[in-house]
Amino acid sequence: MISNVIFVIILIATILLFYRNVRIIARNIKLGRDVEIKNNKAKRWKLMFKVAIGQSKMVTRPITGILHILIYVGFIIVNIEMLEIVIDGITGTHRLFAFFGPVYNILVSSFEFFAVGVVIACIIFLIRRNIIRVKRFWNEEMTLWPRSDANIILITEIFLMSALFTMNASDRILQLRGLEHFVNVGTFPLSGLLIPFFNGLPDNTMIFLERFGWWFHIVGVFAFLNYIPYSKHFHVFLSFPNVYYSKLRPKGEIAIMPSVIKEVKLMLNESAMEPVEEENAEELTFGAQKVKDLTWKNLMDAYSCTECGRCTSSCPANITGKRLSPRKVIMDTRDRLEIVGKNLDKKGKEYDDGKSLFDLITPEELWACTTCNACTEECPVNIDHLSIIIDMRRYLVMEQAVAPAQLNNMFTNIENNGAPWQFSREDRMLWAEDLNMVVK
Amino acid sequence: MANKIKIKVPVMADLAAKGEKPEYLYWVGCAGAFDDRYKKVARAFVKILNHLNVSYAALGTEESCTGDPARRAGNEMLFQMQALKNIEILNNYEVKKILTTCPHCYNTFKNEYTELGGKYEVIHYTQFLSQFIMNEGRLQIGTSQVSEEKNIFKDKKITFQDPCYLGRANGEYDAPRKVLGTIPSVKIEMKRNKNFALCCGAGGGQMFKEAEKGDKEVFIERIENVFETGADIIATACPYCMVMLTDGLKYKNKEKEIKNYDIAELVVLSLGL
Repeated sequence: MISNVIFVIILIATILLFYRNVRIIARNIKLGRDVEIKNNKAKRWKLMFKVAIGQSKMVTRPITGILHILIYVGFIIVNIEMLEIVIDGITGTHRLFAFFGPVYNILVSSFEFFAVGVVIACIIFLIRRNIIRVKRFWNEEMTLWPRSDANIILITEIFLMSALFTMNASDRILQLRGLEHFVNVGTFPLSGLLIPFFNGLPDNTMIFLERFGWWFHIVGVFAFLNYIPYSKHFHVFLSFPNVYYSKLRPKGEIAIMPSVIKEVKLMLNESAMEPVEEENAEELTFGAQKVKDLTWKNLMDAYSCTECGRCTSSCPANITGKRLSPRKVIMDTRDRLEIVGKNLDKKGKEYDDGKSLFDLITPEELWACTTCNACTEECPVNIDHLSIIIDMRRYLVMEQAVAPAQLNNMFTNIENNGAPWQFSREDRMLWAEDLNMVVK
Repeated sequence: MANKIKIKVPVMADLAAKGEKPEYLYWVGCAGAFDDRYKKVARAFVKILNHLNVSYAALGTEESCTGDPARRAGNEMLFQMQALKNIEILNNYEVKKILTTCPHCYNTFKNEYTELGGKYEVIHYTQFLSQFIMNEGRLQIGTSQVSEEKNIFKDKKITFQDPCYLGRANGEYDAPRKVLGTIPSVKIEMKRNKNFALCCGAGGGQMFKEAEKGDKEVFIERIENVFETGADIIATACPYCMVMLTDGLKYKNKEKEIKNYDIAELVVLSLGL
């Protein structure tokens, strides 16, 4: 009875804490500039099924893609068992769903295969990260915390699955010994292999082991759930909405700045057509200096990133040793947003720490981008790195006028001669002179 | 009987004065107008247009930068000014269809002018040529109708550099390959190709500035990818790619062994125009 009460208390605490943390993240995302993304619902659902649920972009790198799917499917499937565990915990029943008979056994047995898949994939991932040291896990932005975060996630998942096996193996032994409470649900194909190791132990120890496995697994899952909002692992939730809300237009299109349209029309002397309505127009920054200048979708991108680094490993600038790393741009955006959120909670709305995105992302990084979209093409959860880079460039150019000198020359040339180079407009047809063609 | 004729590229204003309207506007682009190497590509393309009897004209001195490099370098103001000015001119001539050789111009017209009032059917020249090959059979390269001695690339290995703004930016990977496919030659892909192709390093304003500090230039990395294929010819379909990869060849002293041609030039050479 006491254990039921303890379980319910832990369960409620878990839910409340998780709810609180998710609300903070949602609030932080909403700090971003408002953009309406509502069109093409059918297309968006399709995209989400393909890219997020179907993991279509993961398998472009087949080995890691398939291993990731193993963990992904494994976790979803094994979590079906969570339902039973939670009900058992509340009511004090044991393997409540056992009355399904053989179906139950088949289900629980298949869960074991998925669980083993998860363990194998996690071990391979740990080896790739820590022993093989795949380059993208050791880039500059992969400091101690991001590296530890990844390892904590992988090791926790291995522990959680091991607890499941301990629980099943000792449960089966107790079933075979015919102890009351331990319903006979049949053999477990994989944890059954552990039976010889435990079999000599007395009933009490076996019951302890079973209970230990059960509690370790469920409390571990609850703890892990509340670790996720502090971790890159939050992608397990956000990748779905993030893909849903991702850009449907061709990658080549850069979002227009409506605030500039008005200014440009004034400059081109079309002011007559539009009466001035500047009075109540809110003060707008051209481009992005602070997280609030980015759109909420940019900020959702930041929380959806699981730091896999596929973007950076395909970035031409990064490949050739420049400072730019698209992953870092996303991580920096999230880190800055986290600080802004904490300031908001601790010091109130009026507080301003005087810092901006530029304290983390340098112009050198921004100017190295070729806008080639290799990063956005790679991202398995459709993060748009380029949109942030362009918006920050816009701030540098239009608010601060600090573009590299050669780019300023290019601007001047376009303004004066209508070409990025210093050539006269009058010479535009010289290329077509003295042109002959052979005909038969 | 081979005969040389002089091509005079029609200009919109002249046609308009005569009350004529061409079917297509050929947007030459700043590289086509001013870059010495890329001028040859513009020249090659109008040869093909004449060969195919396409009704077209260029804007001539009325043409101006689309604003693509300005926009990508963060100067939205300048981009929109260019866009509005260009749209006004294009709409005055009632332009409906635009042909471009430059994928950056293509992308800007196709995706970024619409919201500012410029709605056109925009066609990259590789798409245009592949349509002619597929639908009408009017462009025949490497068929029996072309004499054997014109199969000058027959024993050459050709690799293709996907332009970012045709490929990833607009999802067009097939059209340039379709055109190349009709040229008798050996086609060979680089390790990173199509949607995973490596940029030449010039987009996003990089063309006009020094690269940031790093280990090497992007175009060197890419030219090394070309070497891995053992190709004799790099086919490009973008003025930036052409400048960068040709620079790569120069840097590596491989200009004699490996040539960089635009697809339009390969077509012209194959047809002996």
